[in-house]
Amino acid sequence: MSGSDDAVLELRAVQRTHGAGPAAVHALRGVSLVVRPGELVAVMGPSGSGKSTLLALAGGLDRPTDGEVLIEGQPLGALDRRGLAQLRRRRIGYIFQQLNLLGSLSAVENVALPLELDGTGGRRARSLAMAALTEVGLPALGDRFPDQLSGGQQQRVAIARALVGERRLVLADEPTGALDSQTGEAVLHLLRRRIDAGAAGVLVTHEARHAGWADRVVFLRDGVLVDTTAPLGSVEQLLSGSDR
Amino acid sequence: MSIRHGLLALLERGQMYGYQLRAAFEESTGSTWPLNIGQVYTTLSRLERDGLVRPLPESEAGQRPYEITDAGRADLALWFATPISRTDRPRDELAIKLALALTTPGVDVRSVVQAQRSATMRALQELTRLKYGSDRPEDLPWRLVLDSMVFQAEAEVRWLDHCETSLVRHRPSVPPPSAPGPRAAPDAARWADEEARR
Repeated sequence: MSGSDDAVLELRAVQRTHGAGPAAVHALRGVSLVVRPGELVAVMGPSGSGKSTLLALAGGLDRPTDGEVLIEGQPLGALDRRGLAQLRRRRIGYIFQQLNLLGSLSAVENVALPLELDGTGGRRARSLAMAALTEVGLPALGDRFPDQLSGGQQQRVAIARALVGERRLVLADEPTGALDSQTGEAVLHLLRRRIDAGAAGVLVTHEARHAGWADRVVFLRDGVLVDTTAPLGSVEQLLSGSDR
Repeated sequence: MSIRHGLLALLERGQMYGYQLRAAFEESTGSTWPLNIGQVYTTLSRLERDGLVRPLPESEAGQRPYEITDAGRADLALWFATPISRTDRPRDELAIKLALALTTPGVDVRSVVQAQRSATMRALQELTRLKYGSDRPEDLPWRLVLDSMVFQAEAEVRWLDHCETSLVRHRPSVPPPSAPGPRAAPDAARWADEEARR
């Protein structure tokens, strides 16, 4: 079954329950969401509202208890582990607060790694990785190791790794972490630029200032989407379509 | 801030006539504070009355430029040196509205909070979009004005988040008609959870 229109990401009535019986925790209770190319959607909500669960499901890192997740029309439930891993490497970029850079690899090797794991030749992977590092403003630091880079530079390497190649979906969980406000803003600027160039993105954040970079902000509360906003202009239309 | 000090600051750059002042004022506030020409002339005549500016001879095009006086410079310097008092700002209608919503029967406070949060978030998105589109070095004054509004909006959203959390923990002295029945656990966290799902 194909997804809705040109959606890069689609969640259809997705539910995620951990455990069973009276102790069951309903992390998500029927969330539907469509993210199209050129669109950045911010997800806000209090701790425990299901933000990170939503992101894990969107990225194929977790499977829903019920409902369906589609990436570029492909239902993730129909893929086996190998197919899912391949789709994750090729199509999805992840930016987490924990950068997960490998200390024994240089910046450019860290960025090239997902491509090489996916069978891209070493030279080509390196050249794509250098292009991604240039895009995030670090063209000269490719040969440095993570511990030779500042926090902000490491974050940029992690972003380059998320954007390298043909990634169509970028998923970010509090990507500015402990960065100072200027560096954090630069990170969001980069993310925004890639989205404007045709990718789709989901940004989980509890910082309203960061959510301001999104085209749409959705609010989660206790596993349910309670509201959605867009900048002034199309607001009325969006609100009348929300499920409040 | 008063328009009066804004105009004095602009005249400190050099002499200007009314329309130039209006354009420069709007440029330096990124058009976030639109000013009509009537306000400019009214303010100029008050400044002239107080000896803070003086009119110069009309140009051939019939425009009368103004220049700042020494007294005007002193007034401007004092303004820059004096912090703005919080008590000079208008009372926060939103805080009062929420306080009243809590004690007014039949008002769903959470809806009030959420509606405001959405509206403020939309404003924040709009401000961020304006900022994103103005990254030339000469846009700095405007960007800083926008940043100020961004930080204020952010503070408001944080406060609304705080209100929502407090509401979840708040146990009304008289349970509302739709309150959970005997299943409500004495444990505060469990109670909050029930309350949130209602």
